[in-house]
Amino acid sequence: MTRTLAEVILSRVSGRDVRAGDLVIVPVSRVMVHDSVIDAVMAGLRDLGRERVWDTSKVCVFVDHAAPAPTPVVADSHRVLREWVREQRIPTFYDAGEGVCHQIMVEEGYCEPGSVIVGSDSHSNSYGAVGAFGAGMGATDVAVALALGRTWLRVPESIKVDFTGRLRKGITMKDAIMRVVREIGTDGARYACVEFHGVGDLPQGDRITLAGMTTEMGAKAGIVVDTPEAPAWLRPDPDAHYLREVSIELSTLEPQIAVPPRVDQVVDVSVAIGQPVDIVFLGSCTNGRLVDMQQAARVLRGRRVAPHVRLEVVPSSRRQFELAMQDGTLQALSAAGAVIGSSGCGPCLGRTGGVLAAQEICLSTANRNYKGRMGSPDASIYIGSPYVAAVAALTGVIDDPRPYLEATDEEFDALVARRRGERPERGAASSRSGDRSRELVMASARSGPVAEIDD
Amino acid sequence: MARAWVFGDDLDTDQMVPGRYAPFMVGQDKFHTYAFCDARPGFAKEVRPGDILVGGENFGCGSSREYAVAALKKLGVGAVVAKSFARIFFRNCINLGIPAIESADAIQIVGDGDDVTLDVAAGALRTPHGAATVRPLASFAQEILSAGGVIAYLRENGDFPRV
Repeated sequence: MTRTLAEVILSRVSGRDVRAGDLVIVPVSRVMVHDSVIDAVMAGLRDLGRERVWDTSKVCVFVDHAAPAPTPVVADSHRVLREWVREQRIPTFYDAGEGVCHQIMVEEGYCEPGSVIVGSDSHSNSYGAVGAFGAGMGATDVAVALALGRTWLRVPESIKVDFTGRLRKGITMKDAIMRVVREIGTDGARYACVEFHGVGDLPQGDRITLAGMTTEMGAKAGIVVDTPEAPAWLRPDPDAHYLREVSIELSTLEPQIAVPPRVDQVVDVSVAIGQPVDIVFLGSCTNGRLVDMQQAARVLRGRRVAPHVRLEVVPSSRRQFELAMQDGTLQALSAAGAVIGSSGCGPCLGRTGGVLAAQEICLSTANRNYKGRMGSPDASIYIGSPYVAAVAALTGVIDDPRPYLEATDEEFDALVARRRGERPERGAASSRSGDRSRELVMASARSGPVAEIDD
Repeated sequence: MARAWVFGDDLDTDQMVPGRYAPFMVGQDKFHTYAFCDARPGFAKEVRPGDILVGGENFGCGSSREYAVAALKKLGVGAVVAKSFARIFFRNCINLGIPAIESADAIQIVGDGDDVTLDVAAGALRTPHGAATVRPLASFAQEILSAGGVIAYLRENGDFPRV
C-alpha cells in the first residue's frame, strides 16, 4: 500500500479505498463554530430549512475572535450567538475570555485523532496536532456540516515534511515551521495535506504551532504523524507517495523572521537585525501558550521593555493563562511592562486589543502579516518566535535572541544598551522610510529565494 | 458585456474585505461597500452586476471569511476567473453560487477594464483582443452552481450531488 496519512484517514471515514483526487462525502466528528461567522451560519441553517444542528454533542462554539466585545455591533452579534447556543442546547460553549478556539479544541480533547473536523476558522488545520484531519471552511460549509453531520472533500495530495536533528537553544518550532513556509511558499501546499514526520513526540503546543501554520501554505490540512494520541492504525504507509518531500535539519536552524507583507517572505534573523519596532504581540493559536510566555519571561524577567515600545501578551486559553499565573510567568511579564489581555485571538486579526496605527511596526508571534491584518493597512508586521518577540520588546529592535540567553548579566545589559542606542529616539513609525522592508528583502534575496514585495 | 477587474497573484481575503469591515463589525447591510477598499478604492461603487474578476495564482488566500465572497455576491460579481484558487475561497464561491473558474492565460490576455464575455460551455473568456481559455468545472461543482449554490441544491435535492 502507498497511502498517505490523508488517504488513510479519508479512506477509513468514507468507508471506501480512496486516493488523492477522489471526491468523498464524509462524516465529521465535530464542527467548530466561532463568533465572527455566527450570523452567516444561522442564515445558512435557516435557508436550509433546518431548525436544529444534527448532533448537539458534536458542536463546539467559541467567542474568541473579537472578545470581549469591542463595539456595540459586535456585542449584539455575541448576544445572538449566546441565544442560539441556548436554543440549540449546545453544551460545549466557550464564551469571551476562555481562549482561542483552536487551543481549546486541542487541549480539552475535542479533536478525535483520525477523524474529520470542520471548523469555521482557517486555522482549523491545528487539529492535526493530535492526528485529526481539521479543515477550515466558510460559513455555508459549516452550516451544511451542522445540518447534515457530513461534508464533501477532495482527497488531497500530501507533502511530507521530515524534521531531523534537535533544536538548539533559543530556536523554537516556530522557527522550524517558518523555515518550512519559506521553502514551500504561501501556495505551495494549496489543496494539499502537509504531513509532519519526526516530531510526533514534541509537546502538544509545538505540534499546534506546526499544524496551524500549514494554513499559511494553502494547505487543506496539516497532520503530525506518530503522536502519542494517535491509535496504531493512524499512520501513512511506509512507501506512501508524496507530491513533494521537504527535509529540515533542526540543529542548523537560525531564528526566522517573516518580512511584511508576506508570511513566506522569510529570512534568517541576521538579515533583520536592527529593524525598529513599536509594538510586540505575544499570543495567538500559534504562540500563546505557557511555554511561549515562559520563553519571553526568560528574557524579560527583572527588566523593563524599551522606552516607547509596547508589549501585549494574550494567553491562548484560560488554562494557559492560569498556568502562567501560577508559575509567576505573567507576574514577570507584567512587571516588565506588558499589557496582559484576556485569553482569545487578541489583536492577531485587528479587531480588538492593541490594533496598529498607520506607520507602526509590529513584531508578532502570530501567523499572518498581510497588509491591514492587525489594524491600519499602513502598519507593518514582522513575525517571529517568542524569544525574538521578547528581545524586540526589550531593545526596541529585532535581534538574534541567542546571545541574550547565553550572556552574563553585564553582557546582557551591554547588548540591550547597544541595541537601544541604535533605535531611533522617536520610535520605529516616525523614522520609517517605507523602504526598510525592501532593503531587507533585497539583502536576503542575495542569500536565498524570497518572494518579491508587492506593495 | 461585462467589465473585467484584473488583480494579481496571492490576492488575500483581507484585501477583499478587511477584518475591520466584517459584517460582524459594521453590520450585514454595509460590509460589501468596503470590498477592496484598500486594494482597489472605488471598486464597490463602480462594479456592475455581471462583472468578472480576473486573478493570478492563489486567488482568495488567507482567512476563511465567507463574507469576502458574500460581498462579491451582493455586488453582483458574475464570475471569478483565476490561474488558481485558494481552497476555502473556491468552496465559498461554489457554495454561494459564484462560478470560480480556472484559466491559465486569462491573466495575460485580459486587461483591466476590458469588456469581456464568459462562455463557460465553449471554455472561453472573450475580450476585444482575443480569448482566454477557461477550464470546465467538475460536474459536482457545476451541479451546485446550476442550483444557485449549495443551500439551494440541498433544499431541492436533500443531499450532496453524487461523487
